[in-house]
Amino acid sequence: MYKEGVLDNTEKVSNYHKIDLLRFATAGSVDDGKSTLIGRLLFDTQSILDDQLKAIENTSKQRGNAYLDLSLLTDGLRAEREQGITIDVAYRYFSTPKRKFIIADCPGHVQYTRNMITGASTANLILILIDAQKGVTEQTRRHAFLASLLQIKHAVVCINKMDTVAYSEEIFTQIRREFLAFASKLSIPDIQFIPISALTGDNVVTASTQLLWYKGPSLLYTLEHVNIVSDYNRIDCRFPIQLVIRPQNPQFAEYRGYAGRIEGGIFKPGDEVVALPSGFTTKIKAIFSGTKEISEAFAPMSVELLLEDQLDISRGDMLVKPNNRANQSQDIEVMICWMHQKPLQLNGKYLLRHTSNAARCIVKDIRYKVNINTLHRDQESTLIQLNDIGRILIRTTQPLLYDSFAKNKSTGSLLLIDEYTNETLAAGMIL
Amino acid sequence: MNYNLSHLQLLEAESIFVLREVAAQFEKPVLLFSGGKDSIVLSYLAQKAFYPAAIPFPLMHIDTGHNFSETLEFRDQFVKQLNVQLIVRKVQDTIDAGRVHEERKINGSRNQLQSVTLLDAIEEFGFDVAIGGARRDEEKARAKERFFSFRDEFGQWDPKNQRPEIWTLLNGKKNKGEHFRAFPLSNWTELDIWQYIAQENFSMPTLYFSHKRSIINRKGLLLASSDFVSLLSAEKYEEMHVRFRTIGDMTCTGAIESFAKNVEEVVQEISLAKLTERGTRDDDKSSEAAMEDRKKQGYF
Repeated sequence: MYKEGVLDNTEKVSNYHKIDLLRFATAGSVDDGKSTLIGRLLFDTQSILDDQLKAIENTSKQRGNAYLDLSLLTDGLRAEREQGITIDVAYRYFSTPKRKFIIADCPGHVQYTRNMITGASTANLILILIDAQKGVTEQTRRHAFLASLLQIKHAVVCINKMDTVAYSEEIFTQIRREFLAFASKLSIPDIQFIPISALTGDNVVTASTQLLWYKGPSLLYTLEHVNIVSDYNRIDCRFPIQLVIRPQNPQFAEYRGYAGRIEGGIFKPGDEVVALPSGFTTKIKAIFSGTKEISEAFAPMSVELLLEDQLDISRGDMLVKPNNRANQSQDIEVMICWMHQKPLQLNGKYLLRHTSNAARCIVKDIRYKVNINTLHRDQESTLIQLNDIGRILIRTTQPLLYDSFAKNKSTGSLLLIDEYTNETLAAGMIL
Repeated sequence: MNYNLSHLQLLEAESIFVLREVAAQFEKPVLLFSGGKDSIVLSYLAQKAFYPAAIPFPLMHIDTGHNFSETLEFRDQFVKQLNVQLIVRKVQDTIDAGRVHEERKINGSRNQLQSVTLLDAIEEFGFDVAIGGARRDEEKARAKERFFSFRDEFGQWDPKNQRPEIWTLLNGKKNKGEHFRAFPLSNWTELDIWQYIAQENFSMPTLYFSHKRSIINRKGLLLASSDFVSLLSAEKYEEMHVRFRTIGDMTCTGAIESFAKNVEEVVQEISLAKLTERGTRDDDKSSEAAMEDRKKQGYF
């Protein structure tokens, strides 16, 4: 696969049905070298193509830079390029013979926390960048906390700019120790540390010749081998109905297919299922994936279920197994990240999206706000505004069928939406 | 039991999820069909998403009038095969109505004019969401797009004001007069598209495969000779073995020299490609922010 330190892409051609997908988010600030790191990852895996390279060569020259500014690769919008910063989440794609990758490149500074939550929400892994000269900062702690809140199971902490601290093992160890001390309060089960230099390429794709004391894998190797299959919930069967398919043509006169995405557990034809909220039971007659009938369905497959009985169920209802039902309630405790200029209102009424449901809710109580630097709960504060994280109690107009976010990210997450402007106001994680 | 899904299976599941969510949240969707590989794959995914019912929305082609004839032939046969309604709206009509003017320059195209025809058609039919095959890897400004992209009542895209899209809880709520664009293929790359085409054995327009064609080499851009492109002085026609990686109008789509004659060979070629897919598109080169500017005006 690697020929003389250069990735050989010819294998990509033949084994594409065997490779899987890793989504990772990057967190770090402008000055930590995040964009340079991504540029380096793409460059060293030969994912930057000639015309893109030419374009950044030209811009680098125009800007008076003597070196190839790889960070230019990821800045997309005009305003960003002019200011040299990242405003929005940019999605970058590359693949190696082992895996396809989606990078959600999240902006570093505090005004754009909402975009970090967005980008990291679907990530399997978070890549946290630390500048070796600065060590763990307030921002590092904030990003680690958010990753934990979002139940991201894997973190790779890259201690960057090792070339500026003479590749010191002592500094690396010190930063690692400091991060772990903070992270002990969080719930990220898998944390790895890699000393790198994005600028020179040490340990990004190829092993470093300078960091001889480091015996661990390169960043790319780590990304290629992290095990994410076990991250899905295979135990609790959850099938929120997204759409009812009724062909209404002579060939399929009585046909009723329940289409949606499996959000947990394993479904098989012959399984007994319960429809919530009604409680009616039936058996699965068949499962279709596209036009093909299949014998087993699991997350995150999009499928169509055919049932033995004609039930009066529709979008918003959920199919589960008899001995394992989702919670059903109108009074729900939620951790929220507020994403809008207009602050959260106590007793405010909002629209809500949860799986395939839309409902309305009222905020009954603000339990506390989280100080994301100390992780302490501020029970006095009742003001939750842009970029704040807090815990609230809501009452919904109709019962939601849910799990805790820790148990199932899909049935445990929701959005709060403004009734008038339709804007998304907050991301919510059910406790 | 092995619960591994390949990247193509994951991408397919995600796209079908988005298509179904569009059908559920909106009243009058339309699928923008250009005859290119992305809109072809998108249409096949729509077929899978709603099977065995018919695709619950029409396909619409914004016809610039500068198409490759192969594109139109494929389009007509394709919609028959899929049993969907096809709507065609022509940029020529928009020009004739005086709503836009033809670009008068060396590599003038009707690419930018499409936006007006598109927005007029959306208003004419009352579509509340236009589904498109755009991917985030295609171009810088598209790297920031969402699955559900809000367009205001003028059809404009404001990058600073897009709704955060968290998990895959898609917020398609809107007020009267506003509409959305939906991009189910957001996370697919050019290579993924071709690998999927290979896996599913879809038949594709012949333009994508190597053929001999009369070409004008305009400073490195290989333009197919046609009625829409005039020869400049010192230019001449050459016969070359080419194929197209992206299919836009004849006036702005550059070919690449290639001998890849079937899907497997195309997959191989792209895996080892040195130029991005849209690197052959002249419409993207007019400025560094060309795509971004067009999107702000209501382009795809």
